[in-house]
Amino acid sequence: MTTILHETTETVCPSARADGAALWLSAPDLERATGWALKPEGLCRDALCIPIPPPLRSTLVKNEAIDAAGLWSSLGNPVAHDEGNAVWLLGTGSGQRSAALETLEAPDFALPDLAGVSHRLADYRGRKVLVVSWASW
Amino acid sequence: MWQAIFDDYKAKGFMVLAIAMDTPDAARPWIEAAKPTYPCLIDRDHHVADIYNMVNVPQAVWIDEQGLMVRPPENAGGSDVFRQMDRQARTLAPDLVAERDRLKARYVAAIRDWAANGPQSRFAMDRDKLKARLRPADRSIGEAHAAFRLGTWLLRNGRSDDAARHFTEASRLHPQSWNIWRQAATKDQSGLATGPAFFARVDALDSRTYYEQVNLEG
Repeated sequence: MTTILHETTETVCPSARADGAALWLSAPDLERATGWALKPEGLCRDALCIPIPPPLRSTLVKNEAIDAAGLWSSLGNPVAHDEGNAVWLLGTGSGQRSAALETLEAPDFALPDLAGVSHRLADYRGRKVLVVSWASW
Repeated sequence: MWQAIFDDYKAKGFMVLAIAMDTPDAARPWIEAAKPTYPCLIDRDHHVADIYNMVNVPQAVWIDEQGLMVRPPENAGGSDVFRQMDRQARTLAPDLVAERDRLKARYVAAIRDWAANGPQSRFAMDRDKLKARLRPADRSIGEAHAAFRLGTWLLRNGRSDDAARHFTEASRLHPQSWNIWRQAATKDQSGLATGPAFFARVDALDSRTYYEQVNLEG
């Protein structure tokens, strides 16, 4: 049983197959785990499509399966995994993070409170918001 | 400290979102004791630190009514005065307490000014100044957050030994992040990661700061 972590989500993909540094997923599993869909024009989410060069595509897509880890790394995103525990993290690259900050639009996020109720930053649009961190440690 | 500002300015459209870079269990007693009336969110994977490139607590970002940042992610009133504490007694001399409180009060006054005056506040930065102040994350910081996130998941799933390996890797990749190091560090009975290992790390900063003092009016 393979678990895939992406942003704040965690998805179990029973049919995922790990092979060394490769993580083979079906296209529906990739989309379920990351929100990114593999289309003829590239890797797409909402209106955004990141093109995948054809030579890379032929290496990373085989028999309806996608090497998600290879795809992620080749796009400059961090990949981490723990082999013994069958857990993979498909991260978001620092380039994408920095580009988002440079727009000066506050990157959106949704997190739960202690009662499990999710709060989204964008829900407070129209107000001045102080986002401030703290910790018990 | 944020509660008083929230109470005074919430009717004028001011909001506080507190983000605990913490596990729910560790954050709970603090939240239940303080009973803040603004939302207190639990960020067990330090996702906000990842997307805003934060390295410590408290750090804050100011966001206007249109969802645009008007101050970058930065130290929110912390000071390095604690480095001069009596480490045996864990006390600060009165003059140091006064200095710490002065620096905190200066930051709180800046928030109040912005809460009251919005874009007219001299503490709300224009776009160019703000862009120049942003710290872009580099590749290893992104990889550090990936390793850290894997570690928090493993820890939650009872794999503390495996988690420790990924936490060590995360700190190696991003040594400036106190969030990552302290979350993973051994805590004392009060839940604090401020033992000898912490102070050894602080001392190794030498002339570098733990809390960067920000130019609030610049």
